[in-house]
Amino acid sequence: MKTYAVTVGRALALGAMALLDTVLVVVTLAAFVLAFGLGMVFMFPPAAQLIRHRTALARRLNGTWLGTAVPVPYLPPPLPTRPQPDGWYRHERQLYKTPRWPDWNNRWKWIVGDPATWRDGLWLYLNPVVVCALPLLPLTLAGCAVLAAWSAAPAALPLVLGCASAVALAATPLLLRGYAWWNQQLLSPTDRSVLAARIQRLDQARLATVDSQASELRRIERDLHDGAQARLVAMGMTLGAVEELMDKDPAAAKALLAKVREASSTALVELRDLVKGIHPPVLAERGLGDAVRALALDSPLKVTVTVDLDIRPDSPVESAAYFSISELLTNAARHGGAERVWIDISSNDHALRVVVTDDGSGGADPSLGSGLRGIERRLAAFDGVLAVSSPRGGPTTATFDLPYALLSEKGPDCKPSLPRGKAAIVGVCWGIGWLPLFPQGLVTMIMKLIDTDNRSWFLALYLPEALQWPLIVFNILLGLSMYAAGMLIPVMHARQQRLAEVLPVRLWLGR
Amino acid sequence: MVGPVSLRVVIAEDLYLLRDGLVHLLQAHDFEVVAAVESGPELLGALTGLRPDVAVVDVRLPPTFTDEGLQAALAARRAVPGLPVLVLSQHVEQLYARELLADGSGAIGYLLKDRVFNAEQFVDAVRRVAAGGTAMDPEVIAKLLASTARHQPLGALTPREREVLELMAEGRSNAAISQRLFLSESAVGKHTASIFAKLDLAPSDDDNRRVLAVLTYLNAARG
Repeated sequence: MKTYAVTVGRALALGAMALLDTVLVVVTLAAFVLAFGLGMVFMFPPAAQLIRHRTALARRLNGTWLGTAVPVPYLPPPLPTRPQPDGWYRHERQLYKTPRWPDWNNRWKWIVGDPATWRDGLWLYLNPVVVCALPLLPLTLAGCAVLAAWSAAPAALPLVLGCASAVALAATPLLLRGYAWWNQQLLSPTDRSVLAARIQRLDQARLATVDSQASELRRIERDLHDGAQARLVAMGMTLGAVEELMDKDPAAAKALLAKVREASSTALVELRDLVKGIHPPVLAERGLGDAVRALALDSPLKVTVTVDLDIRPDSPVESAAYFSISELLTNAARHGGAERVWIDISSNDHALRVVVTDDGSGGADPSLGSGLRGIERRLAAFDGVLAVSSPRGGPTTATFDLPYALLSEKGPDCKPSLPRGKAAIVGVCWGIGWLPLFPQGLVTMIMKLIDTDNRSWFLALYLPEALQWPLIVFNILLGLSMYAAGMLIPVMHARQQRLAEVLPVRLWLGR
Repeated sequence: MVGPVSLRVVIAEDLYLLRDGLVHLLQAHDFEVVAAVESGPELLGALTGLRPDVAVVDVRLPPTFTDEGLQAALAARRAVPGLPVLVLSQHVEQLYARELLADGSGAIGYLLKDRVFNAEQFVDAVRRVAAGGTAMDPEVIAKLLASTARHQPLGALTPREREVLELMAEGRSNAAISQRLFLSESAVGKHTASIFAKLDLAPSDDDNRRVLAVLTYLNAARG
């Protein structure tokens, strides 16, 4: 009872908001007319921004009140324009002294070019009507009843409308669900924009990966060139000298040989360090858990490691996770002034989840520290996300998820099998779709056309003359739409599944 | 140092050149190489079947090229408790050292492959392990000490005592330590007694038990 009252209260609140929306509609429409009719384009972005604030509220309420969360659909905002080497700011073929105009232009294009802007607008303009038709339907019907009572309508009409209003009031939760569905249709991103955003992310991740790989290779090349390679050359030369000295001065030759041995151990030490930076041997030998334990043992901090993994992730994923943890550990020691660190490695569905907590002074900020940026880049290649919580005074908790890292086989894991509810609907559609279509629809139509007296079990023919044709047409349409639903539901479901497969779990995190 | 009875040794190393080098080196120092194998399963068979006096084992072996050698050595030591094994590796990890020392029965060595360069010290380490002692790589000890540096009792040691502790942890006897540090043996004895007092360990005259006590202490201290 209480929840029902809350629902009705929410419906009323939504109605009140829709009332205020009419003001917003007038204001933004005026702005649009000024912007596109009179060329006052500067009116457009603030108006669009106003609408975005309103739809942001609607999205939030859709999640908290109506139980259907709606993701934010907007494209990522443009980056600020950067000056050219000569200090000018460029936008297309024009140069500017300040970044103001290029920035404004980019922003304009960002807002106008985003389909979500227009869908937001459409939602706002339709919202007052839809609210009257769904959450406020009882009120609307009651109002009609009152109007009908006032006017010269037949006496039965107000009574019917009043009853309908009462039924609608009882069905408010259902009406609100319908409203939530409607909101979702217009306020959530389209498949197209979801894919576009996904591609943009992948593009960035690929760029970052290629970039870091190239710089890593350069570093390795430099290390080998200046280190082991140079030492081997020196060793070769010394050995040549030993060869010459061997007969003349065996003692000096011996001393030189000792030097060669020393150089070879130094070269080995350098190579060992290099290998450790590329792919630590423990990681190759033992996997992530033991490699992190080894890391913990070598750390000057008191590190507690808990590992709860059933399957070993692929080696690139392992490597990314290992180096990220290593970096976080270094950060904790260097910047955080921590003494104790807890590392927890576990599985979260198919994702690998790592939580690193330290008792340091906190205040770590991904936008400042290049270390955290590096980790983000490293994880981005695997759709991983890093979340850092680091209030001043500590403690710092860094969590990252690597989705699909623990998928045991890479095959089509989530086969497009229908959930039970949808499967039942499809079954009913295919099973009895013939009933309205053939006997009660098409055959009845033929019977009607040849004007037979035999009514047998053709229901429509028992009705008064005026209702016969409408019912026949309705039956045919019902049968056809049942078959259409039987066909389309599995197809749509498979499509959703396919889309879900290519998309990461969370899309616009951190916005 | 060359004993009258030659020790029987099993060698496991997958690189032919290094295996051959080890065979020659040990043969030159009066060891009898009873088997030189190149994979994990072969090694396990040789260790449990031939029961050598000591085994020299590479950590990474075929078929998996992971820690096959280490696992085979640990398995063999479970089957034959106290079987002397000297593990060689391109890199040393405290983690592996802990696993090797875990059973507390000694007769264990863990060295970097580079240590083979110094034939005399290497052969000395092999003999020490064969005799039931330990031979830990200085790098392992350095890592152990570095990560326990902030621990209180260790901070109370004098620099000289630390040096002695390091050498002791590597598995060296008082005599060897005194030679290394140019001290008299009795001075080393005094240092060790003082170390044991500071670390609150029961004193012991037996070299091996002493080393194990120290290593266990270092391992436990960083928990």
